[in-house]
Formats: sequence, C-alpha cells, structure tokens
Amino acid sequence: MSFNRRHFLELAAGTTAALAAPAVIGMAKPRVVVIGGGAGGATAARYIAKDSKGAIDVTLIEPSRVYYTCFFSNLYLGGERTMQSLAHTYGKLASSHGINVVHDWAIGIDRDTRTITLASGYKMGYDRLILSPGIDFVDGAVAGWDTSKQNKIPHAYKGGSQTELLKAQLEAMPKGGTFAMVAPPNPYRCPPGPYERVSMIAHLLKQQNPTAKIIVADPKPKFSKEGLFREAWAKHYAGMIDWVGPNFGGNNVSVDADAMILNIDGEAVKVDVCNVIPAMKAGRICEIAGITEGNWAPVSGHTMQSRVDDKIYVLGDATNQGDMPKSAYSANSQAKVAAMAVRAELTGSRVFPAKFSNTCWSMLGTDDGVKVGASYQATDEKIASVGGFISKPGESADLRKATFQESLGWYDGITADMFS
Amino acid sequence: MTPIRTLLFLLSFTFAQAALSNEFGDAKLGEKVYAQCVACHQVGKGAQTGIGPVLNGIFGRQVGAIQDYNYSDSLLRLKHNGMRWNFDNLDAYIENPRAFAAQTRMGYAGLADPKARADLLAYLRIFSDSPANIPEAAPTATKYEVELPDDILALKGDIAYGEYLASECLTCHQAQGSSPGIPPISGWPEKQFVLAMHAYKQKLRTNPVMQMMAGRLADEEIAALAAYFASH
Repeated sequence: MSFNRRHFLELAAGTTAALAAPAVIGMAKPRVVVIGGGAGGATAARYIAKDSKGAIDVTLIEPSRVYYTCFFSNLYLGGERTMQSLAHTYGKLASSHGINVVHDWAIGIDRDTRTITLASGYKMGYDRLILSPGIDFVDGAVAGWDTSKQNKIPHAYKGGSQTELLKAQLEAMPKGGTFAMVAPPNPYRCPPGPYERVSMIAHLLKQQNPTAKIIVADPKPKFSKEGLFREAWAKHYAGMIDWVGPNFGGNNVSVDADAMILNIDGEAVKVDVCNVIPAMKAGRICEIAGITEGNWAPVSGHTMQSRVDDKIYVLGDATNQGDMPKSAYSANSQAKVAAMAVRAELTGSRVFPAKFSNTCWSMLGTDDGVKVGASYQATDEKIASVGGFISKPGESADLRKATFQESLGWYDGITADMFS
Repeated sequence: MTPIRTLLFLLSFTFAQAALSNEFGDAKLGEKVYAQCVACHQVGKGAQTGIGPVLNGIFGRQVGAIQDYNYSDSLLRLKHNGMRWNFDNLDAYIENPRAFAAQTRMGYAGLADPKARADLLAYLRIFSDSPANIPEAAPTATKYEVELPDDILALKGDIAYGEYLASECLTCHQAQGSSPGIPPISGWPEKQFVLAMHAYKQKLRTNPVMQMMAGRLADEEIAALAAYFASH
C-alpha cells in the first residue's frame, strides 16, 4: 500500500466520523426554515444555529426588516416607552450565528415536496419547517369592522404602525372625549394585554386629558388578573373607566367607522377614538399549510411538532397546545423545546424532557407592576400546567416597584435571547 | 461673639461636617448599608471572591484585578485604561452601576442617597487600610442562608443538561450584561448557585417567579444548572 493511499484512507475515515449524523447520513447539511421572526421564530432560529455549531443550515423568513415588539407596546401608549425602544433588527442573527435572514413573505407551502414559495417567487426546500407566524384576525368577528377599517379604528394588536396610529389618535382626542375598546373573546394573544392597555391609556389621559372617559365592551364575563386591574383602576383612575361585560351587552357590539359610533346591545355611543381587538386565529400561513383545526394549529407538547405533519413544528400564538397562554414568553419557552427536538432529530444530539414556563407582567401605573405566571410540562394530550402564582391585591409600593423593575429586566432579557 | 461671627462659625462648621461626611462617612451606619451587598460580596478576615469579587483592599486596587474573575467588558475596558478604585469612582459606581459601566454584571439597582454611599464606603475602607491586618467582619458576610446536606452540595452537574435547562433562565437573566430588575447569573460559583436555588426552592427567598422555577427542579437539575453557569 502506498503512502498516499494509506493517507487518503485515514483522511476518509476521519471525515466520515466527523460527518456522522443519524437522521441524515449521506445527505447534505440538513435545512431548517423558520417562518416568522418574533418571540418564537427568532428564538428557535437562534438556538438551533447557536447550539448546532454550523451542523444545520438555518433560514429565517420574516417580512419586516425592523421588528417592533407587541409586548411592551402598551407602555408606549402610556407614554412610558418610546417606539424606538421597542425596535429590534436581525443583523446579529446573521452575523453572530450564521442564520440566513430573508425579508420576504412566505405565501405557499407544499408539504409533499417540502417546498416553500415566497412572495418574490423564489422557492426553497426544507427538511424541517418551523412556523411561528403569530396571529391573524377572524373575519366578521366584530360587526362593521374588518382590516379595511384599521386606519380609522386600529386593532393595534400587532406591534409597530398600528400602535403608533392609536397613540396619535389618543393624543389628538378632544378634551373630555371618549375612548372605547372592544375586547376580544378567548383565546387570544396576551390575556392581560387589553386590560394593561386600558390602564396605560388611562395613565396617558389622566395627564393629558383628565376629563376623558374610557369604555370597554367585553364579551367575557371575567378576565386575566381582574382583581388586580380593578383595584388599580379604582386607585389610579377613579371614575374614568367603564367596563361593560356580557351581562350588560358587552358581547353584542357593532361599530360604524364612518360615524364613529359603537353600538353596545343596541345602544349607540359616540366615540372619539375606538380600538377594536377582534377574535383571533393562527397566522394565515398555518391555514395555507393545511395544519390548522378550527382557528389554531394543534401540536404535541413533547416537541411542538404539528399533529398533522411531523416535519413541521409550530410555536407561540398560532398553536393549540393546552394550558399555556399566548404570550411572547410562552413562544420563547416553546422555541427552546422545539430547537432541542429539531437538533436531536437532525443531528442526533441529546433529548431532554420538555419544560415550559411563562410569566406575564403588567404595568398598572407609575412604578406599579404585577405579574402572573406558571410552569408547564408535556403530557401526551397537551402542555399541562404544574403550578403557578399571581401578585396579590394590596401589595406594598416597594414590592410593586420591584415587580415593575423586574418587567423591564425581562424585556431586556427576552429581546437579547431573541436577537443577540 | 457677634451675630456675624457666630454665623461664620456655624457656616464653617457646616462645611467641615459636609466635607467630613463626603470623605469619611460613618462606618457604623455603613455596616448596615452593606447588608445589601452580602448576597454577592465578602469582606473581612478569610473573605473570598464568590459571586462578586472580594472587597478587602478594594481602595487603591486596580479595576478588574481579581485573577480568573469573569469581569464584564465594561470593567475590563476601565482596567485597560489603568483605573484604580478610589472614593470618587466607587461612589459613582454604587450610585448607578450601569451608568458607570454599561455592561456590568453587578446586579445592583444603585444607591441614590449620597450619605448612605459615604457610610458604606467608610465601612469598606476599614478592610483596605491595613492589608496585613484585615479585621473580622460581621458574621452575616459568610453565613449560608440555607443548610444543605453534603451529598447535595457534592453532586456533580451534567453540563449538557444544564445548557438545555439554562435556556429557560436566559429568557430573563441575560448571558451578558444585566438590568436593574433581574440580576446576572453567568459565572456564579457552583456552590453559591446551588445555595441560592435551594433557598428559593425552600421558599426562604420570596420572589414567586424564582420559587416556581426552582420548585420544580430536582437536586441533579440544580447541580446541572450550577455547573453550566459556573463555566459560562
């Protein structure tokens, strides 16, 4: 045997060992495509790329070049944050982790050929697909409202320009005017969100327009952190907020965008600014992929795999998974379980038990923060709660301030966990 | 004494007092302020670097001087610039840690009251004056907040499992830098990490988020996390 031949064989043996990867022996580098660059998708892309150390080819498809978080947008409405402080970009995911970031819309998914079609016409294949598209709105959920009315009556339930529009409308509201919110039915993104928004809008109006009134029409008989919100509304914004539940027709509303009339159970209320938060469903790409049942995409809690197609993982608001609320924190938590499961499938890395957690902080007023949270584990049926906590009414000002500070820390932490 | 002279005398006295409290503070009162620091820092005879650097000899010491301590880039830059700790820069650091060193991993919100800072620094000064003879500190500095059996402390953590479990922590605790409301935990010594998590698990520490997180972790999982964060 010549030296050259032996040398070649040694090299070949070494190369084979280095490339050994159970699921993909003989294939090119496995390809993971993530659609949606929010709390679920950005986290999943980052963790898969970071932890696989180049063994997996990761592409992130996200139409926006700048991501404005929907979480903390209520603090912007309340004058406690700038819009710029909610803005994040994808450069570090590309430069620090080698993720191929594509700013485009995914408009088609062929599950048989595992091919995605982008709005630009470009097609790309995948070995595993992660869908984290967030929410879309149910057509006809509130009579008189559809997305063609969103410039007059914003939903402001996706971060960015809609939030800015609502803020501008609130600041231009006549003295002593009326702001109305139509709250959504369950399940929806960020359960305390509408009520934190009411608190923050009251916080803004108390300073800028103290004789203004707030009406909330709500189809739900009770809502997240209700005791804490009601205590805060009485304490900070006495006499400003009128909550109309289903007993008084809050579940029977329509809007007239031209006349700026909100009808509650047949009674017409003239409003100056109106925020309709319609019923929600999974982001449309889930429907296009054919993985929804009803409004949401069912998934296994062990891995976040779609129950319809095991090559597709779904994260965050779009899923029907069990007990977790639809929140950025939940999506981020689910992304880490999915990243672990995807890596294990594609590269044979270790499998660990799925663990999830969530905490939702809400700002009630200046230095007044509260929180609710729980931890979760996977059963074969669903993601199941294994215990939680909630802030208590009557807590000390020091504790409320510390909780508010903690929420600021969480914002910095989760956005670093998504984008750094 | 004429009224003017009396006034001048009183004024000079006031100025002298002000100067005195700025420079030297009250070490006795400072010992009470220092109670905020003991979760991370030690001083006194036998004190060691733990979560935070040992504070014996801090006055006059170069910034970032403790060998093998995982300092933030901000402090390393100050070290590179040749900064040494003195009353003024320690005072500024404690007043607002992130304004002084943006990426600092000291998870302390800051101390606005200049008198309290002067008192604290007067207390710390005691442990810098005579390197050959460091006095005893109050016993709170080294007492453990939770009693753990030796076998729990001796568990050897599975770092790979710790890395997966740590991803849950990193939603709030930043891998680099820190924020006022949530302390950094990267680089903590394993023992301190294990003690802190068991203190939450036993509900000796009050934060409900951390009680929930720690409450469902097995002893081996806490050890795995401790091993991971000690090395990252």
